[in-house]
Amino acid sequence: MLRDKEKKLIRELWERLIPVAEDIGSDALLRMLVTFPGTKTYFSHLDIRPRSAHLRSHGKKIVLAIAEGAKDISQLTVTLAPLQILHAYQLRITPSNFKLFSHCMLVALACFLGEDFTPVTHAAMDKYLSAFAAVLAEKYR
Amino acid sequence: MVVWSEQERSIINSIFASLDYDDIGPKALCRCLIVYPWTQRYFGGFGNLYNAEAIKTNPMIGAHGIKVLHGLDRAVKNMDDIKNTYAELSVMHSEKLHIDPDNFRLLADCLTIVIAAKMGTAFTADIQAAFQKFLSVVVNALGRQYH
Repeated sequence: MLRDKEKKLIRELWERLIPVAEDIGSDALLRMLVTFPGTKTYFSHLDIRPRSAHLRSHGKKIVLAIAEGAKDISQLTVTLAPLQILHAYQLRITPSNFKLFSHCMLVALACFLGEDFTPVTHAAMDKYLSAFAAVLAEKYR
Repeated sequence: MVVWSEQERSIINSIFASLDYDDIGPKALCRCLIVYPWTQRYFGGFGNLYNAEAIKTNPMIGAHGIKVLHGLDRAVKNMDDIKNTYAELSVMHSEKLHIDPDNFRLLADCLTIVIAAKMGTAFTADIQAAFQKFLSVVVNALGRQYH
């Protein structure tokens, strides 16, 4: 479970990252698509070449959703309700892929923040992204 | 048979050639113990692991991190037969150390993130993919002799 100190850390960090949502989001997405090619199967309708407009806008969308959830982590289920329905009934992305994206998000954050991505920050972020993914998959079955 | 492209070989060799083992080794192991605290179960005799600061300044952990990182050297030198190169090490991790092989993946992820933090934007998606492919072969090989 996320402790209060961790929730605060996560909330403040994502607030700082909103201005670079497009960069971080598209970087994480690209890393996932290149490192785990099976994930490309969900993007046959988009142009996912590096630096493509689709990649940037889709990455931005994802980061903004993650940042929105971070504003009040105790309300994740409420905040993510529409996205839960989208993923369960329309997108139906196999949930194991959330873990792959989360990992690539952590790598993207490490590249972006360097030494500032301390082990404590990493731990809190990993916990948050796991919670986010779990809530996202809640309506699957 | 794992097939490596020339580019992948070059990426792996380049990363390890410029690797600061004394810096990265301890960082990777510490991060694993902090981010995945259950891994501390294997370090009962290593002294104070009470909090992140204690772990980061623990000299026994630091030394062990360097040792583990050097353990990857043989895989780098024998990329075409990592499976057999690590057969004995795998037996040791299973029968002597009793380490749950899923934890190898966790340490590999932490190592990836430490190197990403060090290299910054130079750690491109292609480099990440090659590095993770290498680590996943190592992780696989280390888990192979568990019966």
